Amino acid sequence: MNQLDINTKLDVKEILRDLESYRPKRRGWTWREKSEKQVYGAFEYSDMSTPLKNYIPMPAAQYFGNIDPQPNNTITTEIASGRFEDDIRRMRMAAWHGADHIMVIRTAGQSHFDGLIEGTPQGIGGVPISRKQVRAHRKALDLIEDEVGRPINYHSYVSGVAGPDVAVMLAEEGVNGAHQDPQYNVLYRNINMVRSFVDAAESKKVMAWAEMAQIDGAHNANATAREAWKVMPELMVQHGINALYSFKVGMPKENIALSTVPPSSSPAPCMKLDLPYAVALRDLFTEYKMRAQMNTKYITSSSREATVTHVMNMLISRMTSADIQSTITPDEGRNVPWHMYNIEACDTAKQTFAGLDGLMEMVELKNDGYLREKARELKERAVLYVEEIIKVGGYFTAVEQGFFVDSGMYPERNGDGIGRKIEGGVGAGSVYERAEDYMAPVTAHYGYNNVAQYDANLVDNPAALIDGCTFEKPDKIVYIDELDENDNVNQRMAESEKYRGEHGESNFVKPEVQWLGDGVVQVEILLPVALRTAQYAAIEFAKKMNLKDVEVIHIEQMHLVEGTRVQLKGVLDMDLDLNNLVIPPEPEVMSDDEIREEFDKYPVKIVAGTVGQDEHSVGLREVIDIKHGGIEKYGCDVEYLGTSVPIEKLVDAAIEINADVILASTIISHDDVHYKNMKRIHEYAVEKGVRDRFIICAGGTQVTPEIARDNGMDEGFGRYDRGVNVATFLVKERRAKRDK
Amino acid sequence: MKGFVRREDDYLKRNQHLVGLTDDELKERFWSLVEEIVDPLLDLAQKNTSPAIERSVLLRMGFSSLEAQPLVDGAIDRGLIGHGVGHVVYKVAKVKNLDIRTAGLELIEGKHWDDAVQIFKGGNK
Repeated sequence: MNQLDINTKLDVKEILRDLESYRPKRRGWTWREKSEKQVYGAFEYSDMSTPLKNYIPMPAAQYFGNIDPQPNNTITTEIASGRFEDDIRRMRMAAWHGADHIMVIRTAGQSHFDGLIEGTPQGIGGVPISRKQVRAHRKALDLIEDEVGRPINYHSYVSGVAGPDVAVMLAEEGVNGAHQDPQYNVLYRNINMVRSFVDAAESKKVMAWAEMAQIDGAHNANATAREAWKVMPELMVQHGINALYSFKVGMPKENIALSTVPPSSSPAPCMKLDLPYAVALRDLFTEYKMRAQMNTKYITSSSREATVTHVMNMLISRMTSADIQSTITPDEGRNVPWHMYNIEACDTAKQTFAGLDGLMEMVELKNDGYLREKARELKERAVLYVEEIIKVGGYFTAVEQGFFVDSGMYPERNGDGIGRKIEGGVGAGSVYERAEDYMAPVTAHYGYNNVAQYDANLVDNPAALIDGCTFEKPDKIVYIDELDENDNVNQRMAESEKYRGEHGESNFVKPEVQWLGDGVVQVEILLPVALRTAQYAAIEFAKKMNLKDVEVIHIEQMHLVEGTRVQLKGVLDMDLDLNNLVIPPEPEVMSDDEIREEFDKYPVKIVAGTVGQDEHSVGLREVIDIKHGGIEKYGCDVEYLGTSVPIEKLVDAAIEINADVILASTIISHDDVHYKNMKRIHEYAVEKGVRDRFIICAGGTQVTPEIARDNGMDEGFGRYDRGVNVATFLVKERRAKRDK
Repeated sequence: MKGFVRREDDYLKRNQHLVGLTDDELKERFWSLVEEIVDPLLDLAQKNTSPAIERSVLLRMGFSSLEAQPLVDGAIDRGLIGHGVGHVVYKVAKVKNLDIRTAGLELIEGKHWDDAVQIFKGGNK
């Protein structure tokens, strides 16, 4: 498979074929750059990067000529389904929506696995990072990036007790970015601190060779601390330690990214807390990159609330800087992210950045007052923090004394930090002093390496001792396919074969949120009862809908007793044979010339208006107005009566001007008023004895041709119909009448 | 609790020596102090190795993860890890006139270890 066909599903089996001989087509991270092209449709932008070749724009783009401007921040999406084979299809969806940094979350527990995981076992909350998994993903992304026309960065994790092993494997496989921060091992994974720092130097050296971008782990302090906004001074210290450690190992500063999160969230006055912090951080770390993560500490099961928080987070990114804008899916607070929420998150980022384009050309952050004073205070607190680390005897002692992730705003201390012992933790006692003749005949090895004992000329090229290592000679890489005969991708794919088909296409379809054929659906119910009653009642309703494994994923009071909103998920264990599905043909649309010729020959008079108590006018104006490409452009004579037009007036006006056509727009669907309006127009015209004189059509977002015809209309037009659809119908209908 | 320090926020007392610094000076101070923290850690990494580092060396030398593990274990058991496990394989290959992979695979089978111990511990290069 050399390229993807945009109209054909990605064939995962094809990705897995001949993996043993696959080599990534490039290595290294790619940053987005400001593009020459800043004009899209009617607009000139300031901050856009190169456009995509193939894309799906945000929904409202339909009103703006389907433009899809791409912000100059790298956009991350995080995928965590636990099955890498299903993640591949999601990567393709995300890439089309503008993601160019694909982060596949690592399975729980891999940090303590002392060595590489091989094969493709299923993971929990992420996938086991193995060579086969990584190679398959990079191979798929090599195809997907060609399809969308932009390099896609693939990201993984270099942490745990097998950090250096993983780093080498990722470098060999063309992975472009990774999390690497020994403090993460120490604080959150209880891996011995000496081991963590010794290993980290080797890992970082390897990552530097592979030109990978590195993201640190400081955001975890945020997610762990009792009151996340109080760890701000510490966050700067953690960033500083990892950043400088990495730089001194040999990683260029432009590939070292701080993982920074706005630490608080509304209803806290989050801008007052988060913006000074963002400013302070960028003051101190001018030469480093910023990876703006979104707040997850205060995420709930409300996807609406999460989205608003994330938009506010991105306002901070725009007002300061963000080289990489991560996106957290709005369903993160209730389940492992589903396909559509990855896409929502990417679209939220795209929508926000397009909307905020040029913001800082119009406003600027004040140079004095609260913002700067607060930022200065945070920086001073961070300096005091490092002063005390040195005073107590350095990093290890500070960790032993519980300096980190204390819930007090430094120098306040609450005595509840995470403490570790220098001789404790996983892998304790596994660090060995290098002997005088210590030697490693490989590229990108950190530290003392006595190559000179064999060849003084090869000190800068130790791998030459063995005629090149895998970094120079990828053919030396030993590929292991599978180790577990039950827990592997082939077994899992065999189970969903019915929905995958021979080459990724099947006639059978089943709902899905993360795995092919998982059958999971989400339903939303409002019950006019109190919260706890609603919680249990909703589950019963879902069971009556034939859903299995029903779970409430979000519940929210509308009022104490008047109503409760419940969102549930469940498994709909049924599928459809698409061969039996009746799909109405796409409506035929005539050419502009044909329509114009017809109306030229047979002039048409139209009366139009929005009926009832309805003040909406946009849809109908688009159908009518010449400037929106409406039917006026075909030479129709349109009498537009405006909004809130009484039914009678509409019909009476048509009689008075001797019109041929009545177009009634009815947007409001509350209490089925749109049905009733259509029926009344029809009945009033019959009553007046003029029904046969007119072609009467109704339109509106909730109108379908079937509903309209059932309620006495000649035709109905919905949310996607435009002037050309209406005109085509009128031409055909009038021809039919003439032929009678 | 864990006996860690508890302290009221005394920031305004502690920061007196920082108040007079410009923002640039404050930044400079931050980075020079961070450097004091990381330098000993880098020194530690410079002088030490670990099983994971040695496995990563063996991976780069063309061994699989399944092969790297027993080689490292074998070297640790015999007190040879400090010389570098890749070094052990390299040296055995050289002395026995084998290619690197064959030397490694034979070590995994249990061969040549006595010679390796002899070579490294005998101080013989």
